[in-house]
Amino acid sequence: MLELKNLCFSVTDDNNSEKEIINNISLTIEDKKFIAITGPNGGGKSTLAKLIAGIYHPTSGQIIFDGTDITDMSITDRAKMGISFAFQAPVRFKGIKVKDLITLAAGKETTIAQACAYLSEVGLCARDYIDRDVDGSLSGGELKRIEIAQMIARNTKLCILDEPEAGIDLWSFSNLIKVFEKMRNDSDRNILIISHQERILDIADEIAVVNNGEIVAFSKKDEILPELLNGMEGCRYYQ
Amino acid sequence: MDQIQKDLLATVADIHEVPEGAYNIRANGQLGGRNTTANIDIVTKEDKPGIDIIIKPGTKNESVHIPVIISESGLKDLVYNDFFIGDDADVTIVAGCGIHNCGDQNSQHDGIHTFHVGKNARVKYIEKHYGENEPSADGKNIMNPTTIVEIDEGGYMEMETTQIKGIDDTVRDTKAYVRGEGSKLVVRDKLMTHGSQHADAIFTVVMDGMESSCDLISRAVAKDDSTQTFTANITGNAKCASHTECDAIIMDNAKISASPEIVANDLDAALIHEAAIGRIAGEQLIKLMTLGLTEEEAEQEIIAGFLK
Repeated sequence: MLELKNLCFSVTDDNNSEKEIINNISLTIEDKKFIAITGPNGGGKSTLAKLIAGIYHPTSGQIIFDGTDITDMSITDRAKMGISFAFQAPVRFKGIKVKDLITLAAGKETTIAQACAYLSEVGLCARDYIDRDVDGSLSGGELKRIEIAQMIARNTKLCILDEPEAGIDLWSFSNLIKVFEKMRNDSDRNILIISHQERILDIADEIAVVNNGEIVAFSKKDEILPELLNGMEGCRYYQ
Repeated sequence: MDQIQKDLLATVADIHEVPEGAYNIRANGQLGGRNTTANIDIVTKEDKPGIDIIIKPGTKNESVHIPVIISESGLKDLVYNDFFIGDDADVTIVAGCGIHNCGDQNSQHDGIHTFHVGKNARVKYIEKHYGENEPSADGKNIMNPTTIVEIDEGGYMEMETTQIKGIDDTVRDTKAYVRGEGSKLVVRDKLMTHGSQHADAIFTVVMDGMESSCDLISRAVAKDDSTQTFTANITGNAKCASHTECDAIIMDNAKISASPEIVANDLDAALIHEAAIGRIAGEQLIKLMTLGLTEEEAEQEIIAGFLK
């Protein structure tokens, strides 16, 4: 279970004035839930995800994961506790291969066959990718899928995915939906996914709408999705 | 040969037992062992220290190991090794130098290697440099490798040169003349300095051959207070192509200076140079930390990959 209690995060801009990015967010995510976070660009969704992963530290408030206060914990310690994070813009390296990242993600020596199985799950022909460098020679879509393969390899209690659909072609997208559904059905993990995609929102149990650094709505998918789909113009969550 | 010398050999030349094929081991300035084959001859020079390695035309899939190891503090060693690679040969040459310094005097090895690569010959040259000190020993480990390469028509030379660690001062000077039609030079240079070490890497490549090419990638890591300079001068005098890449990571108080120069003296010379120096990207560290690595482990992983 993940609990966010009165979470705030602000930054100081160039003019030395403080800007609130996350404003007093409280949220409880029960076990086995698939939560989608949506909302306008710049509303604070990615920041919220990075606060949970420990990439940013909150100005105030608490983050409780499985009963432990992780607010002051490092990224590493949170990762070891069972939080995994898939970046919106996956990081590129020089000299680190796809197999290296998958092995690091799995936390143990991974056989080629096992690493290939993870890649196949995200629709990549493993033989073509396993020895490729994770660098600029891979397209954005390929990197995203490798990012998700690492998340499958990590097999953690909480999976946070920041806009996994960005850069993924339509054909692969259907398969990715299946990947997310399988991740949910495999165990009692939580999935927290930031997305603008109707098809991803549609497989969520609950949807949180984040705007101006606040949760403006958090409810069952069936209650929120219809209004979101009515068009952003008339949607009260996007005002 | 004692255990220290055996360990050095394993580090710089991957030699664990007596190597297969031709070899010449130089230990503390003396001949430590030699073997020749029907196709590869090794002859001691008479006018100066060093050896001639003569590879017959058409020699295929053979290797030559010529490591140098120094375990006496204060030894200053200078050798001239000339390689004559016959036409159509296809061989691997493994060099490398390891110093174990047990005292307070400087140990130094200067090796001048000259390669004559025959027509349509292919050479893979692997060179590793490594130094280590006993805990109380303050003597510096110094290596100055000079490599001169001449490649004939259709010839191919691939150099994989690495300074692993422990070399206090070095000037790594490579001069290549890619003069034959369709000849090609490939260089993969990896250099790591730490402590207060200094390294100069100098590459001079002259491409005279029609359709000749050069692909030079240098990866460098400078840690602590170490300093490095990288100088590359690539000249195209004919229809040719070259790609030079100098990538460096600086850490702590280290400093690196890179001076790339490309000179096109022919309208059809296509020369590219890329250079980048910077610290490890924060996002790379964060990414690996989200996989459960500590910051130090992430740093080591990134550097190991970068220099792989």
